[in-house]
Amino acid sequence: MTAKQGPPSTPPAIRTEGLTKVFGSRMALRGINLEVQQGQSLVIFGPNGAGKTTLIKILATITNPSSGTFSVDGLDVKNHPEDVRRRIGIVTHQTFLYGNLTAYENLEFYSRMFDVPGRKERIHELAEQLGMTYRLHDRVATLSRGMQQRFSIARALLHKPSVMLLDEPETGLDQEALAILWKALPGENERKRTIILATHNLERGLELGDRLVILDRGKIVYDGLREVMDLRNLEEVYRNATGANN
Amino acid sequence: MTFWNKVIAITWKDWLSEMRTREVVSSVLVFTLLVILIFTLAFGADRELMTTVAPGILWATFAFAGVLSFSRSFVPEKEHGCLEGLMAAPISREVIYAGKGLSSLLFMLIVEAIALPAFAFFSNVPVLSPQIILVTFVTTVGFVAVGTLFSALSANTRAREMVLPVLFLPIVIPILISAIKVSELALTGEPWSNLFTWFQIIGAFDLVFLAVSYLVFDFVIVE
Amino acid sequence: MKRNLLLALGFVSVVITLYLIFVWVPTITEMGIVERIFYLMVPMGWLALLAFVVTFAGSVLFLVKKQDRWDFLARSSAEIGIVFTTVTLFIGAIWAKPIWGVWWTWEARLTATMILWFIYLSYFVVRSFATDEHRGAVFAAVVAIVGLVDVPIIALSTTLWRGMHPPALVFKGDIAPEMLLVMLTSVGTFTILYVFLLMLRVSVRRDEAEVQRLKELDR
Repeated sequence: MTAKQGPPSTPPAIRTEGLTKVFGSRMALRGINLEVQQGQSLVIFGPNGAGKTTLIKILATITNPSSGTFSVDGLDVKNHPEDVRRRIGIVTHQTFLYGNLTAYENLEFYSRMFDVPGRKERIHELAEQLGMTYRLHDRVATLSRGMQQRFSIARALLHKPSVMLLDEPETGLDQEALAILWKALPGENERKRTIILATHNLERGLELGDRLVILDRGKIVYDGLREVMDLRNLEEVYRNATGANN
Repeated sequence: MTFWNKVIAITWKDWLSEMRTREVVSSVLVFTLLVILIFTLAFGADRELMTTVAPGILWATFAFAGVLSFSRSFVPEKEHGCLEGLMAAPISREVIYAGKGLSSLLFMLIVEAIALPAFAFFSNVPVLSPQIILVTFVTTVGFVAVGTLFSALSANTRAREMVLPVLFLPIVIPILISAIKVSELALTGEPWSNLFTWFQIIGAFDLVFLAVSYLVFDFVIVE
Repeated sequence: MKRNLLLALGFVSVVITLYLIFVWVPTITEMGIVERIFYLMVPMGWLALLAFVVTFAGSVLFLVKKQDRWDFLARSSAEIGIVFTTVTLFIGAIWAKPIWGVWWTWEARLTATMILWFIYLSYFVVRSFATDEHRGAVFAAVVAIVGLVDVPIIALSTTLWRGMHPPALVFKGDIAPEMLLVMLTSVGTFTILYVFLLMLRVSVRRDEAEVQRLKELDR
């Protein structure tokens, strides 16, 4: 691919080899080869049904690929599934939160699942960061959708993932929550967080990404760096790449 | 050790949620008591007849209670995509099976702990014997072993309420027969030694299906 | 080619079996003419089980190797198996009427066959209610595995439950040699029929998949 090659000593944050996904007779992904460098922000554009969600779900190990494999920080997902999951955080339009539990109980539950050290402090730290401390002990079902989404961001950040997967986060997130998410994204560790964002919002994606990929009918049809691109440019590239159906 | 820590975290999460809404236990319990009431009403006038049919009624009731309770087991996990959240967590899929199974076992045992005395009370049949209590426990373990697997499976189909009983009931018939037989023998005052074969069948079923479900659970929840 | 050979072989053996059953073999037991139904019931019951074992094997291979052809095998075998199981149940009922005076009785083997029928049924139910074809295939495979593991436990519990009824004639060892010969011939004939049907069904299924694949390519 055309992406910048990092120093050979550090493995790429994500490397996929020939990922395909077949649903019955429908091919959702037709061989995805991607190498995402540490700290890179990769934005995946594509029309509905292009395979964006499927790709994100495979990278989050929620779905198994029909063939192909991938690795995170050089760790192969088949041999080290749990180490891979520990490095990944995911935010989608679904919150993954239990409505009958309070936000705190939800975060406490997930921090147990991820073996987060100092659970209580970490949860309070994140709640403060998201400005949600005052609703921490309310049942999730009683919160507005925007608030639920904010706690969902906290849930994804609990274990300080080095790779963040975002699947259409702007559906369901209000402007303020989105701003918080963008602020939290670059990472809390010394090293910059790797981000993979799937969206069909060209403007938003252009703001965030330093590498742009267009997915259409399960294939990568464009892959390039942000530097050379402005919105008008991108729109044209997008139209050409995805054909007349957009 | 972390395996069981996480299993218990899942069960604890289900327990907290259940304590807040009492959705599963209360609805299953009300259903169970109503079924018991209807059956004892129908046969209760005749003491001798009641003793004969009591084991069948008891186990038909518990089997249906199981179906009802398992059909709810994976509903909260599907609601806001929580199951996907669990699958993205660094735990093996088997932890999810064990955790959900343990919650279901807990809920079923609570229902049975109330329903069994209620049955004894309404039917005047002494079903509160140690034999019947033991057989209730081991049979419920078998129900949960199969029920948790099929609960996860049917939650991913288009008609959860319809698919679950069609899957669950034929498979558990052997332990249902065995549990009825043990209850029958216990009520006629047979010694423990005569019940042994039936306990063996239930025990074998429990072990086999805990193992098989554990092995295939991954296929049921992963797309 | 192989299939046509099998068809010819099957045809010849059907003729032989019919001759053996209706002309050659004398009526032996005190049941009278009714006993001849065994020559149909035994092979049907055998195939009900064999087909399920094949479905199980196909399902395991499908889950392990993730190749569709194993699902084709499992599914085709299940389709034939449920037909044979249904026929077994009907023949059982027809046989029960003159012998026991009722159409249905909870005799151990009839009960076990009935449960097997319901497990076969659930194999198809999960398939048709799954959200997509592939998931349906995976779910059905799980049902087949769980179901087959259950079969010995079902057999054991139903046998003990009904008390020790006379075991199957064949296992008692005092079956007349003529009867045994005809029975085995019949089992062989129907097994040929099963294999033939299975090959036919699998090849149809393979063609369907190929058509689907080509359609998909076209899109």
